[in-house]
Amino acid sequence: MDDDTSDFGSFYEADNEDETNTIINMSYKVLVPVKRVIDYAVKIRVRPDKTGVETANVKMSVNPFDEIAVEEAIRMKEAGFASEVVAVSLGPKTVQETIRNSIAMGADKGIHIETGTADLQPLGVAKVLKKLAETEKPNLIILGKQAIDDDANQTAQMLAGLLNWPQATFASKIEVDKANNSVKVTREIDGGLETLSMKMPAIISCDLRLNEPRYAKLQNIMKSKKAELKVQTPQDLGVDISNKIKTISVEEPAKRSGGIKVDSVDQIVQNLKKHALI
Amino acid sequence: SKCLVVAEHDNKDLLSSTLNTITAANKLGSDVLLLVAGNNCKSVVDKATKIKGVKTVFHADHPLLEHGLAETLSPVVVGLKERQQLTHIFTPATNFGKNFIPRVAALLDVGAVSDITSIKSDDTFTHPIYAGNAIATVKSEDAVKIGTIRTTAFEKAPVEGGSAAVEQLDWIAPLVDQAASSTNIKWEGSQVIKSERPELTGARVVVSGGRGMKSGENFKMLEELADTMGGAVGASRAAVDSGFVSNDLQVGQTGKVVAPELYIAVGISGAIQHLAGMKDSKVIVAINKDAEAPIFQVADVGLVGDLFKVVPELTEAIKKAK
Repeated sequence: MDDDTSDFGSFYEADNEDETNTIINMSYKVLVPVKRVIDYAVKIRVRPDKTGVETANVKMSVNPFDEIAVEEAIRMKEAGFASEVVAVSLGPKTVQETIRNSIAMGADKGIHIETGTADLQPLGVAKVLKKLAETEKPNLIILGKQAIDDDANQTAQMLAGLLNWPQATFASKIEVDKANNSVKVTREIDGGLETLSMKMPAIISCDLRLNEPRYAKLQNIMKSKKAELKVQTPQDLGVDISNKIKTISVEEPAKRSGGIKVDSVDQIVQNLKKHALI
Repeated sequence: SKCLVVAEHDNKDLLSSTLNTITAANKLGSDVLLLVAGNNCKSVVDKATKIKGVKTVFHADHPLLEHGLAETLSPVVVGLKERQQLTHIFTPATNFGKNFIPRVAALLDVGAVSDITSIKSDDTFTHPIYAGNAIATVKSEDAVKIGTIRTTAFEKAPVEGGSAAVEQLDWIAPLVDQAASSTNIKWEGSQVIKSERPELTGARVVVSGGRGMKSGENFKMLEELADTMGGAVGASRAAVDSGFVSNDLQVGQTGKVVAPELYIAVGISGAIQHLAGMKDSKVIVAINKDAEAPIFQVADVGLVGDLFKVVPELTEAIKKAK
């Protein structure tokens, strides 16, 4: 009986053929902003003049959280949800390497927003991405939850605010519901997990456990070197990326010196007593 | 000047992160105003009025504010900014605060400072970057200064001794309804892990395990050790990634930042990402079988040995010593 009912249901759906086809054929475009940062394994050095950290002759990589975002977008494409994945990066010409890395992983095209040596901060980046969202019209924008250089954890939320789109930050699971044009996101909160459902277009920021990014195949790395990137400037987009938070100085944190090594549990206990901890 | 603190709470109680943030706000020397936005959260408001150092508590009550969603909370904060000529907006640097405050900043067209660890003046703050391997001092020239407060860097404000006035925000309903319908956000549910132990970020003692624990079952040993001192249990990213424990226990750059009186690192090698989350602890004890593990470079007391032998012994020895 149940089966009959559902057959009936699909019979009626056939009447709405146009609408049904629109839903089935609708293919999502995913925009993934990626940032070039000092490689996570590099021990950073503060510049002696305290203006920042040393970046000359230092290994640079894709921000690990952004790589997770790229991976997620590519998986959506492989699952048939997305038809196009666009990687975008802001910065000097060197960030093209980061965009090509995303293309080697599986992104379809890349956009480089040339900002020269400008001090990029999340608000300026979000303003540029908002403009791109208006021209590229993505259904989803997936970002890393934070970059491991400034640790700001702001761009996704700011972009969502500027676009007035729903946001799901710190995502650990994403399920696309194509029939309803929505996406269900499980996100990491203090003390556990939370699930949100968002109509697209929407913003998602990725946490660590969302996926494990793939390694690009050598053949794809070679191909990505030839990929043509669209290059624009903030001026082209009519965006002012200046900001009002000025860095006064960057210093090394107070060093913590190692203490003593002990040989026995009793000595640990004595030390805890000495510090009045037990 | 006026600093708004956006309270973190569960609609029944204030979370202690709010108290640390109030202390930070009071360092500005301005009026501290507290926003309690939630659903049926009057008990939170009542408690909030007693906190020392709070002048006014704004009470925003609406069913769509129950879960602290960025989409519905942000317009309330923006509305307060317009009505109160706020000079600062602070909130805890927890997942709650980090989730919504940048959205507020964008709506006000200003920047935001993440993880403030000290307040130099009303416009100059320090905060860690590069996983705490560098400390940046920044000056905000924005009309309203927005930031999240690293809770471990500030004491908790006393929960008694204050007598703040309460102001009901009766203008919020249309703003909240409009935000919910225009963004189409829906809260589906949550799984919050209830623990008998104290909250990780507020605990006096934290016992954390790493990959060296080998399995989730073995974390029982750490729980027993933590319980001898009323402590919380944490973990390194390696332990979480190996599936030993749930992710909300993760201590580190991308997890929780803790600064307890005593931190015991067990089977944790001490990657910089982990150190970023615990190196401000007062006393650090490390137990690891690898004498070369970087954790020993920050530990006050280090013991090279087999954790499966050492931890039960330590638990017994502490029980006896008490």
